[in-house]
Amino acid sequence: MEKEKAVDKKDISKAYENYAKKFTPKPKYIANSLKAFFVGGTICVVSMWLENRFISSGAEEKDASAYVVMILIIIAQLLTGLGWFDTIAKHAGAGVIVPITGFANSMVAPALEYKKEGVVLGVGGKLFSLAGPVLVCGITASILIGLIYLGLDLISVG
Amino acid sequence: MARKKQTIIFGNKPYIIGSYSLVGKKESDGPMKKWFDECLEDDTYGEKTWEKSESKMLKTAMSEAMRRAGKNKDEIGVVLSGDLLNQLMSSSFTARDLHIPFLGMYGACSTMAESLLLGAVLVDGRYSDDIVIGASSHYCTAERQFRMPLEHGNQRPPSAQWTVTGSGAMLISSKSRDGGFRADDKGSWNRLKHIRVECGTIGKVIDAGIRDANQMGSAMAPAAVDTLLNHLEDTGRDLDYYDVVLTGDLGYIGKDIMKDLLIDAGISKNMLDERYDDCGCMIYDLQQDIHSGGSGCGCSASIFAGYIYKKMTTGELKKVLIMSTGALLSTISPFQGESIPGIAHAVSLVAE
Repeated sequence: MEKEKAVDKKDISKAYENYAKKFTPKPKYIANSLKAFFVGGTICVVSMWLENRFISSGAEEKDASAYVVMILIIIAQLLTGLGWFDTIAKHAGAGVIVPITGFANSMVAPALEYKKEGVVLGVGGKLFSLAGPVLVCGITASILIGLIYLGLDLISVG
Repeated sequence: MARKKQTIIFGNKPYIIGSYSLVGKKESDGPMKKWFDECLEDDTYGEKTWEKSESKMLKTAMSEAMRRAGKNKDEIGVVLSGDLLNQLMSSSFTARDLHIPFLGMYGACSTMAESLLLGAVLVDGRYSDDIVIGASSHYCTAERQFRMPLEHGNQRPPSAQWTVTGSGAMLISSKSRDGGFRADDKGSWNRLKHIRVECGTIGKVIDAGIRDANQMGSAMAPAAVDTLLNHLEDTGRDLDYYDVVLTGDLGYIGKDIMKDLLIDAGISKNMLDERYDDCGCMIYDLQQDIHSGGSGCGCSASIFAGYIYKKMTTGELKKVLIMSTGALLSTISPFQGESIPGIAHAVSLVAE
């Protein structure tokens, strides 16, 4: 009896969710994807051009890409501090959130926000509130993939 | 005080004799600007933290409501007020400065109707002659508590709503007060009406099973429908008894669902188009990039204390049903997989 009731409740909430969906406008997936593609693509093209410039002026390839990443991070942080990044991201979406600029923003935004709660417990405590989950999941995933890679390597050697 | 199931009828005639509404910059750019008593140029209101600015907004609204009602701080029996912040920070800090006995209210965005209803109960029961009620919300405090830091770049889904920066306060008294005269558009002087709290319906918590915290409107609409239908049944009225029925912050999606459900319940579409609206749809212009409309305690608080109060004193509206709607989720409940419970309280006002 109890169980039946629980199932019923689930069905009702599912039905209501579908009903509510009828009234909800859909996000503009195609327009958003296109904007993200062009903005993200532009960032990548400019970065590549910069990297090539660094290399042609004598930097090692590894150093050159580090310089470019630093430049991107600095620009994103500056834009966040000026309060422009969220306006850009509103339009460009994943185009600026997926590159390292999004990561930089997710560090600076909480730092600004929680400044009022103090340097240690405010900024220190909340700095990774957005980036933390990304780091934890990213590092975990990279360890797992590393292990799989190691396993494959051992098999092929054996 | 007679009670019919969910509805309390106030026999001893509590009156609203003072009211004040105050909103932020974005709200004053919207279509309701002329109805608010004060519009801030700067949402910080000269304070260091957003929480302090919200608290100051609430305090200003309350002090001004008292001043307009011609009452002193020490004549007030109790302050009933609430907001969206953890541990009712804005309200408690306002009460700390005001030095008036204080009861904190939490009904999420339904707080304005909740405090109005309970305030009327206290006055009607003769427990106090004068009571101040209020509610507030601030975009920047709510955003950091419930969503993301302000400067974080993300795209809001179309169903998201914008928290209103605003506060509203009213003074409920056991005696009506002559409001004097006011000239209308044609230049003739009219005596201002007295606004009486006539009855109120306490809502039930209804959970339709919505889990998406960006779908507040559809999460709250069933609760609003339930409260409204119970109110009409308890009082034996039709919807057209009221000049206007207003819900708090269902937004565009919630308003459409509410209408659709009410049409299913046998209320005619014309009547709804004519008499029903939602504060969340009124407060902003669609061009203001607010997606699905306004939300927050301040949304219904500022519209009730500004627009409704003023339109009723001039007699343009005579019978009004105001319903604040609240989504009773916490900052952790969506992460624990809980659905969003909704609530709505209704208060019926008469201008006489």
